[in-house]
Amino acid sequence: MDNLLEVNSVVKDFIGHRALDKVSIKVPKQSIFGMLGPNGAGKTTLIRIINQIIGPDEGQVFFNGEKLRSHHVDKIGYLPEERGLYKKMKVGEQALYLARLKGLEASYAKKSLKEWFEKFDLLPWWNKKVEALSKGMQQKVQFIITILHKPELLIFDEPFSGFDPININLLKEEIFKLKENGATIIFSTHDMGSVEELCDEIALINKSKKVLEGNVLEIKREYAKQIFRIEMADIIQPLESIDNQKFQLLEQENKNGLKQAVIKINNDISTNELLNEIIKMGNIVSFNEVIPSMNEIFIKTVSEKQ
Amino acid sequence: MFKKISIIIRREFLSRVRKKSFVVMTILGPILFAALITLPVIVSQISDSKYEVAVVDDTDLFYDRFQDSNDVIFTNLATDLDDALELLRREKFDAVLHIPEVAFESPSTLRMFSKDAVNLNAKIHVENVLKHEFESLKLGARGIDSEVLRAIETNINIQAVRIQDDGMEETDYPEISMALGIISGIVIYMFIFLFGSQVLRGVLEEKTSRIVEVMISSVRPFQLMMGKIVGIAMVGLTQFLIWVFLTIIIVFSVQAAMPELFQFTPDEQVHMTSSQMLDSEALIEQMDSIQQPDTTAGQVLEALSAINWYVMIFAFIFFFLGGYFLYASLFAAIGSAVDNEADTQQFMLPVTIPLILAIIFAQAVMQDPSGSVAFWLSIIPLTSPVIMMIRIPFGVPFFDLYLSAFLLIVGFLASTWMAAKIYRTGILLYGKKVGYKDLWKWLRY
Repeated sequence: MDNLLEVNSVVKDFIGHRALDKVSIKVPKQSIFGMLGPNGAGKTTLIRIINQIIGPDEGQVFFNGEKLRSHHVDKIGYLPEERGLYKKMKVGEQALYLARLKGLEASYAKKSLKEWFEKFDLLPWWNKKVEALSKGMQQKVQFIITILHKPELLIFDEPFSGFDPININLLKEEIFKLKENGATIIFSTHDMGSVEELCDEIALINKSKKVLEGNVLEIKREYAKQIFRIEMADIIQPLESIDNQKFQLLEQENKNGLKQAVIKINNDISTNELLNEIIKMGNIVSFNEVIPSMNEIFIKTVSEKQ
Repeated sequence: MFKKISIIIRREFLSRVRKKSFVVMTILGPILFAALITLPVIVSQISDSKYEVAVVDDTDLFYDRFQDSNDVIFTNLATDLDDALELLRREKFDAVLHIPEVAFESPSTLRMFSKDAVNLNAKIHVENVLKHEFESLKLGARGIDSEVLRAIETNINIQAVRIQDDGMEETDYPEISMALGIISGIVIYMFIFLFGSQVLRGVLEEKTSRIVEVMISSVRPFQLMMGKIVGIAMVGLTQFLIWVFLTIIIVFSVQAAMPELFQFTPDEQVHMTSSQMLDSEALIEQMDSIQQPDTTAGQVLEALSAINWYVMIFAFIFFFLGGYFLYASLFAAIGSAVDNEADTQQFMLPVTIPLILAIIFAQAVMQDPSGSVAFWLSIIPLTSPVIMMIRIPFGVPFFDLYLSAFLLIVGFLASTWMAAKIYRTGILLYGKKVGYKDLWKWLRY
C-alpha cells in the first residue's frame, strides 16, 4: 500500500528542549492513522510540521511522494485541538472566509457550505453571529470548514471534545465516509476507545520519540500474552488441579452460576493443550483470548519507558 | 500568496467598516470638527446673556470710559457704594465696580464685587481700560496731550516674508503654520494610536479565541499579520478621507446658510493684498471685533491658500501610512506575545514613549522649525511622522523631507521584519508569561 505521508527522522528543537527526536511515521493512503501520546509528547509539534506551520530542523516530510511544499497546504484539512472562531462574525460569512483561504472559489464554497449546513442542521444559523451558537454547533461549523475543500489528508486533533454522544456518532460516520471516499485521516486523541473503533494504524509518541508504530490489530496481537478467559458450568474437578508446569491460573470467581477463570499459557504450549486439560473439568461455555486494550498498551508502553 | 492576503485584507476592512462604532465616529467626527470651527463664531453672535457691571465712580472721572463689548455691558450708577451693593444683592447686576476717591493715588483700593465668582473677561476688560486711563491721566499731568498720545499709538504687526530659492517672496504666517502643524501632528498621533491599538486588539482577539490555530494551517503567519495591518490602514484612510470631505461640506454649508456669522466672505478677502489690509482702518476695527489681535480673517484665508495643500495632504497620507505601519507592526508583535490585554502594558510603554516624546517636543519644534531638535526628530523614524507634519506647514527643505521619508520606509521595513519574527512564535504560544528575554530569543530564532 502506498503511503500518503511519510515523515523521515524529523528533529525539532525549541529553545532548551527537543520537541521531536528523529521521529518517523508512515501514513498509508486511505487509512485512519492514530497519533497517540501523553500531553507534551510532541504530537502537536509534529502536526504543525506536517501543516508547515513550523519547519523541521532535520529530516524530511513527503506528501504523496513529493517533498512537502507550500502548495500542499490546500490539500490538507486541519482541525486543531484548540480551535476558535471570530465571535462577532456571522456564521456563514465566516465559514465562507475560511473556505476561501483554503483556495476555494467563493461561489463553489458557498454552494457546498449550504449543503453541509443543511446536513448538520445549521442552515437556520447562517446569518447569526458565532457567539449565538452553542459550543457543539461551533464545533460542527469547524468540522465542516476542515473538510469542505475535500483535502486528501485530514488531521483531526481531539475532534470529539465538546460533542455530545449523538453528534460524536454523526462525526464518526462522516469520518468513515471520508475514508471511503479516498481521504487519509490522521487522528490525534487521548480517547483510546475511539482509537480502537476508528484507527487502522497508530503511532505512539512519548517524550519526543516514537515508541510504537504499526497496524492496530498486529500491535494488539503482539501485546497479547497468551492469556485466556474461560467460562465453565458444572465443574467436576477444581481448576486448581491444572498442570502448573504448563499453565498459570491467574484468577477465578463464581458469577451467575458460572465459573470464570483467567489462565495464562506458558511459552511453547498450544491452546489445544489448555482445552484438553480443562475439558475434563466441566462444561466449557466460552473460551476467549484476552487481548489487551489500546489503553493498556498505551499505559504500559508509556510507563515502561519512564 | 497575494490572493490570500487580499482575502484577509477584505475581511479586516469590511468587518470594521460595517461596525456601528465606525459609522458613528465617521459621521460624528466631522460634525465635531465643524463645530470646533463654527461654534465659537456662532456662540459669540447669538449669546445674549451679557455680563452687567455697575460702575460706582467716586472720582467721576471714568464714567464714560467703559465701552460695552460683546459680552460685557456697563451701567453707570450715581449712587453710593452701599446702594449699589444692595442692588447687587437683589441681582440687578452681575457685578459692581467701585472706584474710590483715592484710586488714582493707590490703585490697590479698586474693588469689584459680585455674588458669584467674578467673570474673568469682564475683570480683564476693566483692568485694561483703567490701566490705559490711569496712564493717560498721568501723562496728561506731566503735560502730554491726549491728542499727541493717540497720534503716537502704533499697532505693530510684523509681516514675515520668506525668500524662496527661485527668488519669489512669500508671506509667512507663523501662527497659521503653527496651528496647522500642531493639528496635523496631533491627528497623526491620534491615528497611529487609534488604529495601531486596533491592530493589537485584533491580533489578541485571534490569539485568545484560538481562531489563529485554524487560520494558520491555510495562511502563513506573515500573511495573516500583514493582511490585518493593511486592512486596518485602509479603514483609517477611509475614515480620514470621509472626515476631510464631510468637514468641508459642513463648514461650507454652514457658511452658506448663515453668511452673517462670518464677517468676511472668502472671495473679497483673498483678492486683497496684505498691504491694503494692514492700512485699512476698517480691517483693524474688524480685527478687534473678532478678537484676533495678530491676524485678520483675511490673513487667515490668505495664509491657508498660501499653504501647498497637495504637499500637505500627500505628506499627511504618506507619514500617516509610514508611521502607522511602523507602529502597527510593533503593536501586532506585542499582541502576539501576550495572552491578555493586561499583559500588554509592559511592552506598550517603550513602544509608545517615542510617540509621546514627539508630542512633548512639538512646542520646541514649532518655535524653531528649522533647528537641530526639529531636524533630528523629523528624521528619526519613530518620531518623524508627528514632527515632520508639524514642520511641513513652515516649509521644509526637500532634502529633509526625502531623507525623512526614506528613513521612515527603512524603519517600517525593519520593524515589520522584527514583528513578523516575534509574531510567528508568539501567536501559537499560550499560558507563558513572556519577557523581553523571550522576545530577544524569538528575534534571533
